[in-house]
Amino acid sequence: MSYRQARYDEPLIFELTGENDFCISCEEDVLVPEGMERRDLCLPEIPEREVVRHYTNLSQMNFGVDNGMYPLGSCTMKYNPKYADRLSALPTVTSVHPCQDEDSMQGALRLMHELEKALCAISGMDAVTLQPAAGAQGEFTGMLLAKAYHSAHGQERTEVIVPDSAHGTNPASAAMAGFTVIEVPSGPDGCVDLEALGAALSERTAAVMVTNPNTLGLFEKDITRLAELVHAAGALLYYDGANLNAIMGITSPGVMDFDIVHFNLHKTFATPHGGGGPGAGPVGVKEFLEPFLPTPRIINEEGRFSLDHERADSIGKVRSFFGNFAVLLRAYAYILAQGGDGLREVSQRAVLNSNYLKSKVIGAYDMPFAELRKHEFVVSAKRLAKEKGVHATDVAKALLDKGFMSPTIYFPSLVEEALMIEPTESESKETLDRYAQALLDIAEADPQEVKAAPLSTSISRVDEVYAAKELILSWRIYQRRKGPQ
Amino acid sequence: MSRARQTIYYDIGLGVNVIMALDRRMLEELGIGSVEELFSDIPQEVRIEGIPLPSGRTEMEVVRRVQGMLSSNVTAESAPCFLGGGVYNHFIPSAVNTIVSRSEFMTSYTPYQAEISQGMLQALFEYQSFISELTAMDAVNSSNYDWSTALGEAAMMCHRISPKKTFLVPEAMSYEKRSVLRSYVSGAGLNVVEYCYDPFTGELDIGDVKQKMSDDVCGIYVEVPNLFGIIDTQAPKLKDEFPDVPLVIGVNPLSLALLRPPGEYGADIVIGEGQPLGLPMNVGGPLLGIFACKMEHVRKMPGRIIGMTRDRDGRRAFCMTLQTREQHIRRSKATSNICTNEALMAVAVSAYLGIAGAKGLRSIARLNMRNAQKLMDRIDELDGFQAPLFEGAHFNEFVMRTPLRPEKLNKLLLRHGILGGIPMQRSVPRLTDHMLLAATEMTREDDVDRLIAVLREVPL
Repeated sequence: MSYRQARYDEPLIFELTGENDFCISCEEDVLVPEGMERRDLCLPEIPEREVVRHYTNLSQMNFGVDNGMYPLGSCTMKYNPKYADRLSALPTVTSVHPCQDEDSMQGALRLMHELEKALCAISGMDAVTLQPAAGAQGEFTGMLLAKAYHSAHGQERTEVIVPDSAHGTNPASAAMAGFTVIEVPSGPDGCVDLEALGAALSERTAAVMVTNPNTLGLFEKDITRLAELVHAAGALLYYDGANLNAIMGITSPGVMDFDIVHFNLHKTFATPHGGGGPGAGPVGVKEFLEPFLPTPRIINEEGRFSLDHERADSIGKVRSFFGNFAVLLRAYAYILAQGGDGLREVSQRAVLNSNYLKSKVIGAYDMPFAELRKHEFVVSAKRLAKEKGVHATDVAKALLDKGFMSPTIYFPSLVEEALMIEPTESESKETLDRYAQALLDIAEADPQEVKAAPLSTSISRVDEVYAAKELILSWRIYQRRKGPQ
Repeated sequence: MSRARQTIYYDIGLGVNVIMALDRRMLEELGIGSVEELFSDIPQEVRIEGIPLPSGRTEMEVVRRVQGMLSSNVTAESAPCFLGGGVYNHFIPSAVNTIVSRSEFMTSYTPYQAEISQGMLQALFEYQSFISELTAMDAVNSSNYDWSTALGEAAMMCHRISPKKTFLVPEAMSYEKRSVLRSYVSGAGLNVVEYCYDPFTGELDIGDVKQKMSDDVCGIYVEVPNLFGIIDTQAPKLKDEFPDVPLVIGVNPLSLALLRPPGEYGADIVIGEGQPLGLPMNVGGPLLGIFACKMEHVRKMPGRIIGMTRDRDGRRAFCMTLQTREQHIRRSKATSNICTNEALMAVAVSAYLGIAGAKGLRSIARLNMRNAQKLMDRIDELDGFQAPLFEGAHFNEFVMRTPLRPEKLNKLLLRHGILGGIPMQRSVPRLTDHMLLAATEMTREDDVDRLIAVLREVPL
């Protein structure tokens, strides 16, 4: 199939000219204190029609999961059901202020309370906070919880252990919470090396952050032993929920004896990612950590919902108000639509798709570690790089030319020339076959052609070095310079 | 849509729809009889028997159920709303929603592959440019979660610029921000020290700032307008007084249509809440954390930054830049852990500012100021009420003293179909009988009449 993305020479909105036709006009004088008045404000003055055309044209130079397969590993880019768009546009969502009296927002409080319960059911945890705005913020919240828990027990534990295959947010979140991060190497099987973990654990360890299945798509088969080791050292076990799509209804962080877990609602629970956000990163905990959760907690008293702000052991707040409500609502609707059985089937199909696609590309690409994968798998373009000079990034760009989003590349770093592929349950066999064929064709193609890619996107290969050197970050800076010519 | 079409029954033998047949072919090609075999690596001792949730529902049922559940929410569409505190009931041109509903924007991920993501990258570059114009700052990131988390990140950035341990903040700050700030600085062990406000003007007490100033201060935070809605005329003096201390200014970006931009009075970092610029209230989220800084500090800034560049053929192009600050490269040494942000909200803000233009934005800001002034005047005429509490000039909100406890007054107002104001006590403990009221361009004469009619009946 041939693909061609729109290629407009779309000006910057600041370069458009016209006549402002905005509907609100007020020339009345208002009293701004002396020395606080604004002298000038340079914004585009153009009719609404031209603004709509501008952004419509820009949107056509963008690629979403509604355009085609988007198998970015660890990002779980599944189809975003449209009923969620409709529900999130209701005035009973958009026109509700977060500081309204409890009595005037019972519907919103009930929905959040029910979502908390549903996430508990899915994860096997006892209590959930919906406040974190993203997965990374969930991790940060989890680290603050671990710190508060240990300090409530009179212990100052200063270290957090993460495997070398962890998402970059794990060490960054732990460091932000003030912990020293200890990275442990993976074993020869791609899983956490229990001996290395055992050696790293001590009375200084506050928590161990684990992704299961891990970023290679491998299930940590010794998870029970791992949890025992962590708990024997008095540390807490943290579950990075980025890969939850692999295991729903089959196992759960709760039954694996994790103490804290974050969910990525914009991954597993099908809320759209919006070109970078918004997301939502609720955090679930076992009962003994519930007193430390952020405030306010939603209390259910026989169907009347209220907010409890006064909780002595709480870590406080990590974000204002309740979190990203409109995202929470979408995830709630998705869980209702799928039901318990449907979510289990989601995971089954995601794992089937992943293993099927993997079986089609093995041979042309090398597969480090065991073959059985969960919802995602990592192959290496090392041989292509060595024999033909075609690197993972070249493979990624060539995929764009075929109308597919590329996999996540160069991650995890323990695999050279890594291509991390997560097809999700949303794709059909036909689409998976086309994606596999595209990967095989690229492996066979003339290396010069591959390195020339992409040719069918709105621009050819981008010069990142120039961007970092020039640092043109705004219209102001651009105007001061001549601009790249 | 029927349930059978949404799900798959490939290994339990139900149904004969197309999806089932496809899945069976995949199983056959893998040479396995059941999908269960793909889970053989998960030990029995951690297996569960499904999820204890009800069965799935059709779209029709889901929509009905969620709509029904939310129908008990009182909305600013049906009740006059005087709530503010960072989130306001503003008018949003319909075209903003049209633009952010483009599924090429909405259903895309972070633009890692620049060549196929130029639309989002340019839109975010334009967002950075809009905020840069409003604030008079050069460098802007492509969003934080909200104002309060932007404040937390700003404090940490000050600590990176000037590695000291005390961060000065106003006593007049919302408890939401104070609490989030404490969470963000707890890891680095920063002390958050509050300076007082002037009890007459409501502006910052510069004498007290001087008193709290020491060699250990890594940054000063000020809001303009502040928690009380006051356009703080003391804020521009801080950089002259303390030229070497990083200055963080928090703004309502709408006010910048009329107010001197912080970049002109020495701000090192400007943060704020983007919600007033075209975002729905959404029960408090998603919001948009604005984050801008001086160019000299850009390598210490958190978050994604979009830069202009060129492609291989010399065409203008955009890509994420300065990524070596970020968690996916720098891991525990990153400037922040932020990954997912509020990109789509940033596009909404750009669309809003594009549609309003400078002329429209100034008009809206004037209407906000004027309507707040009218509301204050009407309330102040009532016996037992005082508005505003402070003498400073206000933007679109103000503190009112009430003879009835704020929580009780809100219940009374709600019974009359009015969404009252925010009680102040949680933010400033001594303001026990005070609430924050806001007006916007949406506040009608009739709304004010209704509010006054209820206040008039409050027993003194």
